[in-house]
Amino acid sequence: MIKGKVWLFGDNVDTDVILPGKYLVLTDPNELAKHALEGLMPDFSKRVAEGDIIVAGKNFGCGSSREHAPLALKYAGVGAVVAKSFSRIFFRNAINVGLPAVISGARDVLQEGEVISIDLEGGKITRGGSGSTIAIEGYPPFLLDILKDGGLLQNLKRRVSESGLK
Amino acid sequence: MAMTISEKILARASGKERAEAGEYVVGKIDLAMIHDLTGPLTLNVLKEVGYDKPWDPEKIAIIIDHQVPANTEVTAALHRQLRSYARKYGLKNYHDVGRQGVCHQILAESYVKPGMLVVGADSHTCSLGALGAFSTGIGSTEMAAVFLNGELWFRIPETINFVLKGSLKKGMSAKDIILSIIGRVGVDGALYCAAEFTGEGVERVSIDGRLTMCNMAIEMGGKTGIVNPDRKTEEYTGTKNAHLPRSDPGANYFKTVEVDLGEIEPVVALPHSVDNVKPVSEAGNIEADQVFIGACTNGRLEDLAAAAGILKGSKVHPGTRLIVIPASPKIYLEAEERGYIRTFIEAGGVVCNPNCGPCLGGHMGILTAGETCVSTSNRNFIGRMGSGSSKVYLVSPETAAATAIEGKLADPRKYVKEAGN
Repeated sequence: MIKGKVWLFGDNVDTDVILPGKYLVLTDPNELAKHALEGLMPDFSKRVAEGDIIVAGKNFGCGSSREHAPLALKYAGVGAVVAKSFSRIFFRNAINVGLPAVISGARDVLQEGEVISIDLEGGKITRGGSGSTIAIEGYPPFLLDILKDGGLLQNLKRRVSESGLK
Repeated sequence: MAMTISEKILARASGKERAEAGEYVVGKIDLAMIHDLTGPLTLNVLKEVGYDKPWDPEKIAIIIDHQVPANTEVTAALHRQLRSYARKYGLKNYHDVGRQGVCHQILAESYVKPGMLVVGADSHTCSLGALGAFSTGIGSTEMAAVFLNGELWFRIPETINFVLKGSLKKGMSAKDIILSIIGRVGVDGALYCAAEFTGEGVERVSIDGRLTMCNMAIEMGGKTGIVNPDRKTEEYTGTKNAHLPRSDPGANYFKTVEVDLGEIEPVVALPHSVDNVKPVSEAGNIEADQVFIGACTNGRLEDLAAAAGILKGSKVHPGTRLIVIPASPKIYLEAEERGYIRTFIEAGGVVCNPNCGPCLGGHMGILTAGETCVSTSNRNFIGRMGSGSSKVYLVSPETAAATAIEGKLADPRKYVKEAGN
C-alpha cells in the first residue's frame, strides 16, 4: 500500500521540467533526485516527503525518453504518480524503475496536501479524511509483477539467473 | 483481415499471421540504438544484472551525438563507457568522434530498412517510421532487457490516418505541415497511437521531409510516425523489388484527419508548448538572440539547402547569432560541396560539427536568462535550451533563415522565388 500527501500538478508536465536536460550527464539517482521537478518548483526535492504522491492532469511525462525523469522523482521520495493519462514512454519507464504510474481522474477531486493511499491490486485510491474511494485503472498482471519486484532491473536479474546465462 | 502497416510489422516481428490494435505482443527487435545520454544508464543496468553480452552485436547501434566532442570530464567518462563496451564486444555499428552524427540521421542513412522493428533509447526514434519501419523510443532499463534477449513487449497501437492532400505553396516545408497538424490535434492528440501519413500529399514529400514529420509524432504523444514505403523509400534505402509492408485498403483506423497542404502557411510553435501554433504572420514582434538550424528535426540536406537559398548573399542581423549544424558527416560534406557551408559562414553564421547542438541545452548554444532562440528543433518546453526564463520558438528552416536575416521572427515567403517542395 502506498500512502502519502498529495501534490497537485496540471496537464502536460513534460520531462524537461521534471528533470532539465543539463542534468542528464548525472547517473547517480540520488544526485538526480536533487533536481526533481526543478523546472516547475525549484525546491520540490527539499519539500517532498517520503511516500508523497504527485497527482496530475493529462499527458504526464510528455517529451523525452529520459529515464532520469522517473528516477529523479522516485529517489526524491515520490511514492507514485497519479494522472489522467501518461505519455507512453514515461509510463513504461516509471514502471520499469519501480515508480507506480497510476491512471485515474483523481486530479478533479483531490485537494493539495491531503493524505491518500493507493491500493494497486485492489484498483482504488482511498482518501485519508473521508475514507471515500476513487477508481484507478488496473495493470495487466505482468506489469504488476514488475512493480512488485521493484522494477525491471530486479525482474531481469531473476530472468538471467533462471535462464542460466551466467 | 485488412491491417495497417504498423499492425503488419508488429505481427511479423512477433511471429503471428495477424495482429490487431489493443493486443499485447512480444516482438523480436531488428535494430536497437543507444546514445551518450541514455546509453550509460543501460550499461549500468547490465552491470547490475551481472551479464552484459548483447544478444546480437549486428543489431545494436551506439551513436555518440548529444555532447560530442566531449565538453566536460563527466561527459568524457560517459563516452568512454560506451566506447569500452563497443570494443569489448566488437560492435561494428559504433559511431564515435569522426563518424558521429545525430543518431536518427545515422540510423536512416546506414541501418534502417522498411518493415524493420526498431527501438532506440531516445524519444525521437519515431523519426525512422519515415522509411516504413515501426520505430519507437524506449527507456534505458528496457533497452537493457532488449540487449539481453532481443525482445520487447508492445501493445499494438491504434493508428490515426493523417491524409495529406494537395501541395505546399512556395516558402513552406514539411516542418510547417507537422507543426500545423500538432497545433490542430494537441500535444496528446495521438497519445499511444501510430501517426500514419498517407495520401497524394505525402507522396510528394521527400524522405528528408518525411523524417521531419515522423520525428515530431512524439510531440503529439505518438508511439511512432509512419509512412508507407514507395519508390522514394526504395531508392533511399536500396530495397528495390523487395516485398515491403503497406497498409491494406480497408485497414482499421482509429481516426482520420485530413490536411490540405495548399492551406498551410509558415507557422511557429510559441513557448512553452509544441501545440501553441500560430501563423508566423500573426505571431507579432519576436526578436531572436539566436537562430538554430539543425537537430534531428531539420539538420538534413534539404533543410540546409532551403536555409542557404534564403541566406545566400545576405548577412545575419547584428543582434542575432546563427548556429547551423548538419546532422551527419555525409550531409556536412554534401552541403560543403554544394556551397551551403560557405553561404552560412559568409552570412556570419557558425557551422558546428554534427551533433544535437543547442536543442536540449546540454552542450553548445545554451541560452541565458531571458534570451530567445528561433529554432528548427522540436521542443520548446520551459528551460529546454538553458535558463528557465529563456524562450524557444519552433519553425521551419526557411523561417529560421529569414529570421536570422531580420533579427526577428520573419515570414520566409518574400525570400523564396522557386516553387516549394
